[in-house]
Amino acid sequence: MSRLLQRLFGRLPVGWLQLTHNRTRFFAALAGVAFANVLVFVQLGIMNSMSSAAVRPYAFFSADIMISAHDANTLSDGANVARQWLYQALADPEVAEGMGLYVTNVPWDRGMTDISLTTFGVDPFQPQFLTGTLGPDAGFLQLRDAALLDRLARGFNRADAAGISPATPLSFETERRTLTAWTTFAGGGGFGSDGYMFVSDQTFLRLFPARRAAAPDHILLRVTPGADVAAVVTRLKATLSDPGLRIRSFADAKAEDLRYQQTRRPTGVVFGFGVLIGVLVGLVIVYQVLSSDVADHLREYATFKAMGYRPSFFLGVVFEEALVLGVLGFIPGMIFGGGILTLMGKVTTLPLRMTPDMALSVFLGTVLFSALSGAIATRRLAAADPADLF
Amino acid sequence: MTEITVSAERLSHWFGQGETRKQALFDVSLALPRGSFTVLMGPSGSGKTTVLTLLGCLRAVQAGSVRLLGHELHGAPEPHLVALRRRLGFIFQMHNLHESLTAAQNVIMGLQVHPGVPDATARAAAAQVLGLVGLSDRIDYLPANLSGGQKQRVAVARALVGNPALVLADEPTAALDKDTAAGVVDLLKRMGAARGTTTLLVTHDNRILDRADRILTLEDGRIVKVEDRA
Repeated sequence: MSRLLQRLFGRLPVGWLQLTHNRTRFFAALAGVAFANVLVFVQLGIMNSMSSAAVRPYAFFSADIMISAHDANTLSDGANVARQWLYQALADPEVAEGMGLYVTNVPWDRGMTDISLTTFGVDPFQPQFLTGTLGPDAGFLQLRDAALLDRLARGFNRADAAGISPATPLSFETERRTLTAWTTFAGGGGFGSDGYMFVSDQTFLRLFPARRAAAPDHILLRVTPGADVAAVVTRLKATLSDPGLRIRSFADAKAEDLRYQQTRRPTGVVFGFGVLIGVLVGLVIVYQVLSSDVADHLREYATFKAMGYRPSFFLGVVFEEALVLGVLGFIPGMIFGGGILTLMGKVTTLPLRMTPDMALSVFLGTVLFSALSGAIATRRLAAADPADLF
Repeated sequence: MTEITVSAERLSHWFGQGETRKQALFDVSLALPRGSFTVLMGPSGSGKTTVLTLLGCLRAVQAGSVRLLGHELHGAPEPHLVALRRRLGFIFQMHNLHESLTAAQNVIMGLQVHPGVPDATARAAAAQVLGLVGLSDRIDYLPANLSGGQKQRVAVARALVGNPALVLADEPTAALDKDTAAGVVDLLKRMGAARGTTTLLVTHDNRILDRADRILTLEDGRIVKVEDRA
C-alpha cells in the first residue's frame, strides 16, 4: 500500500504512514467512517425502497392518462372522481378507451396477524389496462367475489401462496364476505400496506357498499395508437373544465407520486434527514480524526515548513489521509450496509437492496466529504509556525 | 575575495504592537563566510533565536538588510523565502523527527523538498548520509526506537542531505550528554568543512566553543563581542 501510494503521489506517503502509525486510532477511524457509511446506506436503501414501493403499483397498469381528484397525491389517497368525466373524456377523438379504478386498503385476518392489502377494483372486461400476468388472469375476476392475490405480500406464507391455482383456489374472509383467490401475481410489501389484491369493480362495490359505481378513485385512459399523450392531456384539461380534477399523463402521475413520497410524506423527509445525518456523522468523524492528527503533528509540519515545503504539500498530506479514510472506510461500510439491507429486505419484503448506483454515489460522496473534512482540517495548519520551533 | 553566504546590515527587529511593542535586535551586523563554523552565544532573551529565524527566512525582515546567498530578504515575498529555505539546513534543539517515519524516511524528507529527485537516488543519499553519522544499522528504525543522540544525528543527517549552503542550528546539543554533544558538533563541523557548508550554531554550551571558527556574543539585542579563532 505504501509503495502504491508513493507511486501515486510521487513522494513519501506521509499521510498513510502517519495514519497507520497508530493502528488503534487508525482502525477506530475506519470503523467510524464505516459506521457513517452504514447509516447512509441503510437510510438510502429505505428511501429507495420507499420510492420503488411507491411506484410499484403503477407497474400493474397500462394506461396513458390518469384523471384523479385534486387532492389525490398517490394512487390510494384523495377524493373520488365522478364517472361522468370518463364518458366526457371518451368523447375526445384520440381517447381510445377508459376504465374506472377503485382503490382502498382491505384488512385480511391471517390468524396470528392482520395484514393489509391495497385492493384495486378493475373492470375484468378490460384486461388491456393490466400488465404482465394480470391481464390474462383478469378473466378470473369475472367470477363473483373472485380475487387475485399478491404472493409476495408481507405476512402471507409463501407455501400457502404457491398452493393457489385455479385447481386449488384459496377462499378467505374479509369485510364480512368470502373471497376466492384463483391465482396470484408478484407484488410485494410497501409502506402503505403489506401487499396488493385485485378484484372486479363489482366485487369491490359489494365489499364496500358505501362506495358507488359512479365515483371511482381514478379514471384511467388509453389513447389511440400514435396519439400525442401531452396534447390529449391539454385538450382534456380544456374540455373537462372542473378545477377539482387532476388530469395528468400516467407517467407524470407516477413521477409526482414519487416526488410527493420523497419530499412531502413524513417518512420521505425522515429518511432524507437520515441520509443527511449519516453524511454529517461521517464528515464530523473524518474531520475529528484529521484535525486531531494535524494538531498532534503541528511540530513536524512546522519543521517541514521550515525546510521549504509549500502549502500544497500539507494539503496533499491531509487529502491523502482523507482519501485513505474515505476509501478504506467505505469497503466495510458497503459490506455491512449491504448485509443489513438484504436482511431487512427479507424480513419486510420491501425492495431493500444495494444497487450499483447507490454504492457508487455513496463512494463518491464519502470521498468528497472526506476531502471536505480534510480541507476544513487544514485550517489548523496555519498554527504551524516554523519560527516557533526555535 | 571571501565568498559571503549570509550577511546582515543594521538589522533591527521588534515584537508586539502598540504599547507592548518591544525591540529585540538593535542594528545587528554580521557576515558569515562560506564554509565557516560560527557560534552565536548570549544569555537567554538576548536575541540569538531572533537572529537565527531572520537569517533562516522564517521571519520577515522589518528593518535593516539581510542578504542570503546573494538575495535580499527585506521585502522578499513569501514564495521567494520558501524557495530560499530549501537551500538551508535546520537543526533544532528538539530533533523534531516525524514519529511515523523511519530514520531513512525522515532524511529523505530533507531531500524530497527539492522537486525531481528520483526515489532511488533519495534512498541512496539518505543511506549514505546516515552512514556518515554512524547510523547505517538504524536506517529503518522509527524515532521511538532510537536514543536521544541517535535522533539528533538523524536530524543532522536530514539537515545535511540536501547539501545546504547554510546550516542553522539552535542548541542542537542541549539535550545530549557531553560525549554525544561533542560527537554531534564534530560531525557537523566535519561534514560542513567537507561540503563547504556554512554553519551558524546558537548555544549556551561552553563545551563546544573550542570547535568554533568565530564566536559572536549577543547581549540585549546587540553584538557585543566578536572573537575569531580560525
